[in-house]
Amino acid sequence: MSEYKIAALGDRDSVLGFRALGLDVFPVEDVEEAKAALRRLARENYAIVYLTEGCAKDMAPEIARYKDALTPAVILIPGREGSLGIGMDAVKTAVERAVGADIL
Amino acid sequence: MPVLNVNPTRQELNRLKTRLRTSVRGHKLLKDKRDELMKQFMDVVRENRALRRKVEEGLTRANTAFAAAAAVMSPEMLEQAILYPRESVSLEMGFQNVMSVNVPIYSFHTTGSAEGSAAPYGFAATSGELDDAVEALSQVFQDMLRLAEIEKTSQLLAQEIEKTRRRVNALEYVKIPQMEETIKYITMKLDENERASTIRLMKVKDMLLKEAIQERREEDAKAVRTSADAGPTQV
Repeated sequence: MSEYKIAALGDRDSVLGFRALGLDVFPVEDVEEAKAALRRLARENYAIVYLTEGCAKDMAPEIARYKDALTPAVILIPGREGSLGIGMDAVKTAVERAVGADIL
Repeated sequence: MPVLNVNPTRQELNRLKTRLRTSVRGHKLLKDKRDELMKQFMDVVRENRALRRKVEEGLTRANTAFAAAAAVMSPEMLEQAILYPRESVSLEMGFQNVMSVNVPIYSFHTTGSAEGSAAPYGFAATSGELDDAVEALSQVFQDMLRLAEIEKTSQLLAQEIEKTRRRVNALEYVKIPQMEETIKYITMKLDENERASTIRLMKVKDMLLKEAIQERREEDAKAVRTSADAGPTQV
């Protein structure tokens, strides 16, 4: 057991609220900035990174890089534009990867 | 299935037979591992879907509440209100071993004053909508942590299943048939060699026999000739 931190990454309006809960909030303006931030967070002591779907939709390769690593867990959350279904798609992809077909 | 490139010798045959035994055993074990992983994975993934739906709903609600708060407050005030959190969350991560896959288990604890509401601001200068938003967010947060745990678990399990499935298939459809084929090839080749040497011996024996008969005949003929030469004087 060791100490880790939790981060919320995404556009300003979507992630600001998490600051009230005591998470580390990283507002980013565009996708390039988000990619850089994610790389930095992965190197640092962050176990969970909550990433808004609005950011995630343009940086799939970056996210896939951390899929097989133990930390960080990159978890997609709906941003202020509502759920885009990318998070659900990720679950579906995991099933397809394991079973070879989507059986759910 | 092409035969492996090996010398058809008895030593190679023994080596291959041992390897085949190991492979068959490994194949069985890996298959069991895959089946059990799959069972675990299905449970995890079902929970994952349910939890994700719940979290997405909760967050959408929280976001709407925030939008409402942002509408009635100036952005500066909003930011100032939540700029400095009253509590900070730290996370402990442990590991659980599921079929030799390490999956994370999170437990978080908050430091700072825990009593009262989660709102890190005074109520004088902020609107009620912000209170609602923060409240909604803190309600969904527990589920978000659980979601992180379960989603990472499902990703790691999926990776392991894929790996195991590939191994099982490689053994079942490539490695084992290949070895069986090679063993058959070596056995045939060795048998063929054995037959060839038997035939060669028979041939050699035949030739020797023929030579002996020939010699014998010549001797007989010689004897007949000598007796014929001496014959008339005797009688």
